[in-house]
Parts: sequence; C-alpha cells; structure tokens
Amino acid sequence: MTEGKLLLEIVTPQGLIFSQEVDEVTASGTEGEFGILPGHVPFVATLKIGMLSCKVGTEVKYFFVNWGYAEVSNDKVLILADSAERSDEIDFERAKAAMQRAEERMRQAENVDFKRAETAIERAVTRIQIAELKRLK
Amino acid sequence: MATLRDIKRRIKAVQSTSKITKAMKMVAASKFRRAQQRMFEMRPYADRMNTILTNLAGSAEGEVHPLLAVRPRRNVEVLVLTSDRGLCGAFNANILKAAMNHVDELRADGFEVRISAVGRKAVDFFKRRSIEQRRAWTGISGKISYYNAQEIAGEIIENYSNEEVDEVILVYNEFKSVVAQRVVIARLLPLAPITAAEESQQVYNFIYEPSMKEIFNSLVPKNVEIQIYRALLESQASEEAARMSAMENATQAANDMIGSLTLQFNKARQASITKELMDIVGGVEALKG
Repeated sequence: MTEGKLLLEIVTPQGLIFSQEVDEVTASGTEGEFGILPGHVPFVATLKIGMLSCKVGTEVKYFFVNWGYAEVSNDKVLILADSAERSDEIDFERAKAAMQRAEERMRQAENVDFKRAETAIERAVTRIQIAELKRLK
Repeated sequence: MATLRDIKRRIKAVQSTSKITKAMKMVAASKFRRAQQRMFEMRPYADRMNTILTNLAGSAEGEVHPLLAVRPRRNVEVLVLTSDRGLCGAFNANILKAAMNHVDELRADGFEVRISAVGRKAVDFFKRRSIEQRRAWTGISGKISYYNAQEIAGEIIENYSNEEVDEVILVYNEFKSVVAQRVVIARLLPLAPITAAEESQQVYNFIYEPSMKEIFNSLVPKNVEIQIYRALLESQASEEAARMSAMENATQAANDMIGSLTLQFNKARQASITKELMDIVGGVEALKG
C-alpha cells in the first residue's frame, strides 16, 4: 500500500462494491458525521442511512450507505453495509417514487408502520440528495 | 426371449426417462449458477465481518457479550440443513448420516441433545425415526432470503441467551466444487473464543462510537445471522450442484441402457430374419425333392 493513503473497501451482502486507495473518507455515523485521514487511530462506528464520500486526488466520489459498520485500522477503512450504491448507480426516478409511496402511507395515518415509512422516506431523501449532488457537478 | 416389440417398448421408455433427466439437469444447472453467484457475492461480506469481529474481540477486555461467553456445556442443539426436494444424489443422505453420528457421539458423552431441522428431507428423516425435533423449517430451500436467516438466528440467539442451550452446532454441506460437496460440522454458538494471543494478531486500541457495548450488541447477533445465511447459501449451491451431477449420471446410464437394448433389438431382428430365410430355403429344398 502507498504511504499516506487509505485503503477504502465497501462490502455488502451483494458483494465487494468498492476497493481503492483514497486520500480521505467522510461517513455518516449514528452519532454524526466523521472524517478519516491516513494515520487515524483504530476506530469502530455504526453507520446510519447516509452519504459516504471519499477523495482521490482532486476527485470526490459519493456513495449511498444503508446502515452498517465502519472499521478503521492500519490505514484501512472497511465499510460493512446492508446495502450501498455508487452515486451514479442511484436510480433517481425510483427513489422519487419510493418517497411518494412512503408519504402516501404516512398520510393514511391508520394501520401504518410509522417507523418503516419513516426509514423509507429517509432512504429516498438521502438517495435523491446524493444523486442531485452528482448532477450539479 | 423378449420379443421385438417388448424390446422396442423398453427402448422408448428409457428414452423418455433420459429426456426427463436431461431436462432436470439443465434446470439444476441454471439454478446452480444463480445460487453460486449469490454465494460468491456473500463471501467477501462474511469474511470481512469475521475480520472485524476478530479484531474487536481480540482487543476488547472482559466479558463483552453473552454470545461470546463460553459456559459449561450441558444442552446442545444440532441444526441440520438439508433440501426440500430429492433427486440430488447422496446430498441429503450424507448430511443426515453425519448429523446422526455426531448426535450419537454427543449423547454418548452425556450431553442433552436437541435437533432442529431445515428442509423437508431432514424433517421427514427424523419423523420416520421418531426423533423429536425442537423446530422444523421447511419451504425455504430454493428461495432463500436474508429474512429466513434472521428468523432462524433470532430463535437460536434467544434460546442461547435464556440458557436453554449451551452450544449450537451447525451441520451443512459446504460447496467445494461442482463435483465435490463437503459435510461441515461447525460450532455456531458460542462464537469461537478469539484471544489476542492466537495467530499473534495485533491488538488495537479501538475508539468506539457510540460505545463498545452497543457495537457488540448489534455486531455479534448480526454475525450469527450472516453465518447462518452463508451456510444456507452454501447448502443451496451444493444441492443444485449435487442434483446436476446426479442427473448427468442418470442421463448417462439411460443412454448406456439404450445402447445395449438397441444391440439386443438388432440381434433379435437379425435372428428372426435368419430364421425366416432358413424356413424359405427349407421349403424350396423340400419342393425340389
């Protein structure tokens, strides 16, 4: 491994989706966002639904992460996520449709698994945000 | 001696059998490819999960999680994974034999053993032998989802935490290659005690967020689920691979049989022609006289 770099690996039950040397990683932990630079102390955190970004040189890559764990040791960042997508893989239309469905469920007030609808909305919103971020560039 | 028509009928019957087994082989082959792909996709995740847990458990101090604690064994549960459907060679027989041997060994050593079964084959097997099953899951082979693993893991973890069982053993077929499946008897709980001294691994001084307790509380049960899920996928791929080669063999045997029957058919036809010829020649000779 190159000195002064981080090895970022993102794995989900659908396989290894990213493995590359990067300069900086930013992720959304359950306790808040955190950034990791080379030489970070050993660190474990749980991740919530959110964005993960990494810097390679001047380029920034974005990912959508759906719950998971992050482990940092020896300049290696390991992300174990329930599911994750690269920003250009996000299906914008599907996220929008999912949001509408969830909102519809919420509005019906009765017999709704509120928590489930809420997470669905959170997921959709995060996906849309990440996808839009990519569009702006 | 069989008449020509009898032989012909048998050839027809064997031919249609061979067609069926060939079709089943193709179906198994396509199901196998799908199962294998899922299994391969799952492997890196399961491996990384183990790495994290090893790193954490090796560096944490004291008793961090009940599922990691080893207590004196008295009640052992054996979880056997089989398929719902047959026609897959010795796939189910191997696993059930291995499971029975292991159960007998444990009983001989004086442990209380309970059995749980996944797959109709195991359920029927134990029923026939009037062996009591604590729990039976059927109808999941062929369409395994993570939810199945969660359900199974949830019950097992609960029983373990209640101290109803002190050890859980998993018996399943591990996928080696298309022609080789290996029966694995592995301990699921308590999770193997991982000590820092083992493998001279590095001890890290981890910072936990939110806290060590919370991380372990979610990571450890998750690991159990992942292990069960992985075993289910391995078993699934092995099943389809076993079915594929069983059907391949059956098709081969049917074709061999068609060959030898055709030979027999031709011989009989030749014999009857010769006999007719002899009759005619004999008749002609008689008339001449």
